[in-house]
Amino acid sequence: MESSKVIHAFYTDDEILLDAVKAVKAEHHHIEEVFCPFPVHGLDKAMGLAPTKLAITAFMYGITGLAVAIWMTNYMMIQDWPQDIGGKPSFSWVENMPAFVPIMFELTVFFAAHLMVITFYMRSRIWPFKEAENPDPRTTDDHFLMEIPVHNNEEELTSLLSKTGAVEINVVDKH
Amino acid sequence: MYQFSGRLKTFSIALILLGAIGLAFSFYSGSKTTLEDAKHAIEAANHGTHGGHEAATAPHQEEASHHESEEKTDKEAHAAMIEAYSNSEAHETTDGHGSSHDDAHAEHVLHQLQNRPWSAFYVALFFFLGMTLLVLTFYAIQRVAQVGWSVVILRVMEAITANLLPVSILMIIVLAASVMHVNHLFPWMAEGIFDPESDNYDAIIDGKSWWMNSTGFMLRSIAYLIIWNAYRYVIRKGSIKEDTANDGNKTYKKNYNLSVVFLFLFMITESMMSWDWIMGLDPHWFSTLFGWYVLATLLVSALTVIAFVTIYLREKNVLPGINDSHIHDLAKFMFGFSVFWTYLWFAQFMLIWYADIPEETTYFVARFTEYKLPFIGMVVMNFVFPVLLLINSDFKSKPWFVFIGGTVILLGHYIDVFVMVMPSTVGAQWSFGIPEISALFFFIGLFIYTTFSAFAKANPIAKGNPFLKESEHFHYYNIEHTSEDGSGDHH
Repeated sequence: MESSKVIHAFYTDDEILLDAVKAVKAEHHHIEEVFCPFPVHGLDKAMGLAPTKLAITAFMYGITGLAVAIWMTNYMMIQDWPQDIGGKPSFSWVENMPAFVPIMFELTVFFAAHLMVITFYMRSRIWPFKEAENPDPRTTDDHFLMEIPVHNNEEELTSLLSKTGAVEINVVDKH
Repeated sequence: MYQFSGRLKTFSIALILLGAIGLAFSFYSGSKTTLEDAKHAIEAANHGTHGGHEAATAPHQEEASHHESEEKTDKEAHAAMIEAYSNSEAHETTDGHGSSHDDAHAEHVLHQLQNRPWSAFYVALFFFLGMTLLVLTFYAIQRVAQVGWSVVILRVMEAITANLLPVSILMIIVLAASVMHVNHLFPWMAEGIFDPESDNYDAIIDGKSWWMNSTGFMLRSIAYLIIWNAYRYVIRKGSIKEDTANDGNKTYKKNYNLSVVFLFLFMITESMMSWDWIMGLDPHWFSTLFGWYVLATLLVSALTVIAFVTIYLREKNVLPGINDSHIHDLAKFMFGFSVFWTYLWFAQFMLIWYADIPEETTYFVARFTEYKLPFIGMVVMNFVFPVLLLINSDFKSKPWFVFIGGTVILLGHYIDVFVMVMPSTVGAQWSFGIPEISALFFFIGLFIYTTFSAFAKANPIAKGNPFLKESEHFHYYNIEHTSEDGSGDHH
């Protein structure tokens, strides 16, 4: 498969990079990935990436946390070992609900936050001891790198990229 | 430049006149109420709603009312608590439904009936004064934090604060009337409260007399209002001067320093104002986070009003440089501070509910018995509704959603102030009718008139502000702007 060949174009400024991404997209080339030392606003839109669904998962996780909190307080404080809460021994979850609101709030946040981070890690395919994927260490310092797969159009891509202000263009074999 | 259109001006003046006529009528009929009316009201309450109230108060009686007769919780839970705590002994003797008690009770109800127009006016007055004050504070925060995004709507906020002076004057008049016993809004101002010889003597309030006395009350009230109005006057001048100053931001820095001083003074005076003007209505009761709670209510209302006026002026095409992201940010504030309000409301409630100390629960007993619908309803309006409507990022930049959400938020926080004031001043004699609606009309009319005539008097854009460019380019990354093209604009 010749598509294992990719072009790495380097940039030193986020504004130039953004314009370059737009120029490449305008020529209908697929951009595999852009490596940046810091987040660049508007890059996802320029690359044509779909909006993240992370917010929806966060909402789901929050609802889950809320449900767990309700179940947990009911089981611990009402069913398993009935407690006299605030001198009101009603032994009813609803009547003691104000006492459980902080727990419901905390577990909602806890579930939403932790599960969202874990989801983000899984979605980004990163985990502890994972080898870094970025092809050049300079992308962690002051360079931006655009990776474009080559489909027998090496010449065309190279000339296009050199026009967009790339400071370095390399064609490499991707393993 | 914006021109205050004749139609809007007529509309606002019509509202003011309508409100004034309604208020005059309510004050007139309020002053005509007699002891007979009070006795009728008591009888009607005893016949009509006795069963319902009995059921509603039942759980609370267990907690906190071993020293009260049933009729008392029914009619005037809060007053009963106040009296029971201080002079329960004196009360035992009059508790037997003797004629002296009936008369005292009727007189109390008469005062509540006479308080109704005053309270209706006071609720709307406090709501608009506080809301305007918090717009001024939010504006000062923009200056102190040197906020970039909001520069294009700074003049909108400034225009709204023009309402501060007239409502401050009205506030002084109402408070002076209270001190001179024209009305009975503040129970601690009643005759004989500080006199150990008197039947009305109240040891608890007497213990607080170093703070709760008419002279101090009046002096403090005037001081708060002067501080706020002085800042508003000076900063408005300074802000207009910025437009043409061109002095290397010297004026800008001066305005910054002024705002820092104001915010410091505001945090102190706002807390004290809420003790004096609202908590003083229940002189036995206290809550340490009350100042924050009042602040939250007024702040949400202020942000909503800023959003409303901004949306209106944008529709009229008189706000250059404004885009969907600014509306989005205002809606985010409305959403966030709605949650903040709920947090404080609940924090206050939960601590009192948990500890269950009679002297603290009185506040909520009075509200759960006679004000159940507005009290519970406002939590739905101020929390559940805004959360459901405004949680979606896309909705926050749609004027219609902001308008619907904001209307419910404003009504909800009006009810919040209503439920802060009314149980102490009119008790069971509350209703929502001509006095309340007239007062609202009056203050809405006044607000529209002062705001838009002030907006017409200055450049709609604070063009001397060093962050103006940043504000014009403001673009929240997550939304598409509707009107103008956002291409090449990635800031």
